[in-house]
Amino acid sequence: MRRRWTYALLFLAALAFSLREAQVDPRLLLEKQALSNLGKLLVAPQLSRQFLALMLRPALETVQISVAGILIAMAIGWPLGLWATASLRFSGILHERRTAAGRWLGGFLPYALARGLLSVFRSVPEFVWAFVFVRAVGLGPFPGVLAIGVGYGGILGKVYSEILETVDPKPLEALHAAGAGRLAIAAYGVLPQAWPNLVSYTLYRWECAIRASAILGFVGAGGLGQQLELSMRMFQFDEVLTILGILFLLVAVVDSISGRVRARVAA
Amino acid sequence: MRRRALFIGLLALAVWSFAGIGADLPALFGSEGRHQMAEYVRQLWPPDLARDTLRDALGGALETFAISFVGTLLAVAIAVPLAVLTTLGAPVRAPARLFANALRTIPELVWALIFVFVVGLGPFPGVLALGLHTGGVLGKLFGEVLHDVDRGPLEALQSAGAPRPAVLLYGVLPQAAPQCVSLALYRWEVNIRAAAIMGFVGAGGLGQRIYIAISLFLEHRLLTLVLAIYLMVTLVDALSARLRQRLV
Repeated sequence: MRRRWTYALLFLAALAFSLREAQVDPRLLLEKQALSNLGKLLVAPQLSRQFLALMLRPALETVQISVAGILIAMAIGWPLGLWATASLRFSGILHERRTAAGRWLGGFLPYALARGLLSVFRSVPEFVWAFVFVRAVGLGPFPGVLAIGVGYGGILGKVYSEILETVDPKPLEALHAAGAGRLAIAAYGVLPQAWPNLVSYTLYRWECAIRASAILGFVGAGGLGQQLELSMRMFQFDEVLTILGILFLLVAVVDSISGRVRARVAA
Repeated sequence: MRRRALFIGLLALAVWSFAGIGADLPALFGSEGRHQMAEYVRQLWPPDLARDTLRDALGGALETFAISFVGTLLAVAIAVPLAVLTTLGAPVRAPARLFANALRTIPELVWALIFVFVVGLGPFPGVLALGLHTGGVLGKLFGEVLHDVDRGPLEALQSAGAPRPAVLLYGVLPQAAPQCVSLALYRWEVNIRAAAIMGFVGAGGLGQRIYIAISLFLEHRLLTLVLAIYLMVTLVDALSARLRQRLV
């Protein structure tokens, strides 16, 4: 009971501090200027054929960024995820099959390294990665792809390792008892159990990637985001509405494709 | 057979995507690309640890924390009534869902741009942006939680003559609350990252300082600020994971 009070007090203190620090002032929303600015946002979407034709390429580019980005994320996340999986590295049946030196070199060391890398990759927001990559490789969709690749690689790697860790150990032990080697145990014991979850989470992340890729354009990394930023800066809110509409459609299409693939994998 | 068609389709999508983005992977990993990357890393290192940079980073981190915290609470305040509305009859449910979808579809950063335009620069538009976007996300998720509660206790309350609000309070809430709090905590982890970039459009926090550092080519300072994001995010992740564990 006393603990509960402590928590409540901590929460209230954090809230009071945050309200002040974030300069929360709802009255600002009701000021005349704010209301008149709000009024300017209420416009009909820009639907001229010319504008829509102009948006076609950035829209496709957004899809391309998301697909290429998620593929790079898989290429980063899969090996690191394997390394970061405790049950493959330094505990459980696969670990017991190692020598003492192998346990340290092939077990704990890569585990700690992979965990650290994944944590850095996913804790720095994609947006910041994009900024760094724009500096490193120049403007265009490519830095956006790399940003999604690295940021989502960190997330995928962590989730992959969580999925791999929760597989049922019994089939692995059975394989071991039957004389299977490390690779065979991983291939026939771990993978079949984890496969549906791995695919389904990767597809979910693809859906997130398309949203993210639309934002990355803000820092000059191509796609719809670049157009969005441009229209926003020019206060062309009719164009902003149209672009958001296109984004909504893209997300819906990707959702339905990935939903279909997921249903097939699960079956 | 259909599996193969699916596979070929996905492969074609991948090829088309890599062709479209003009990615020059060989160039990136070739000697020149590697050289350029190494050069950039050399520019970043070491982090700037001067007194006023650290103070700036700390101030930015606290502001980012505040934005994410209040933003997530605002989101919960928006999401709860929305979720309750989605449990009602079709004429209320449909518009409530549509509203949640609209909030959700507009990315945080776009909301932030809109609110910077409406109320001016500072962390407050960042709070509003997180609140509305996450409000839509949580509204949908809370709605699903409410939808999945066990009907038994509700029917028991109803047959005992409890009015609708009492059924919600004593039947639905105890079942749904832990899951909803856990979802809110998870979104807080997402929001601390989002709050860290709000500043790029003028909505306060570490992002604003990063934007300045990048614009002025202060690479060492940039590294310090990115490290501050990393620490902040790791801290919030750990805190939220602990709170969640305590809940379930």
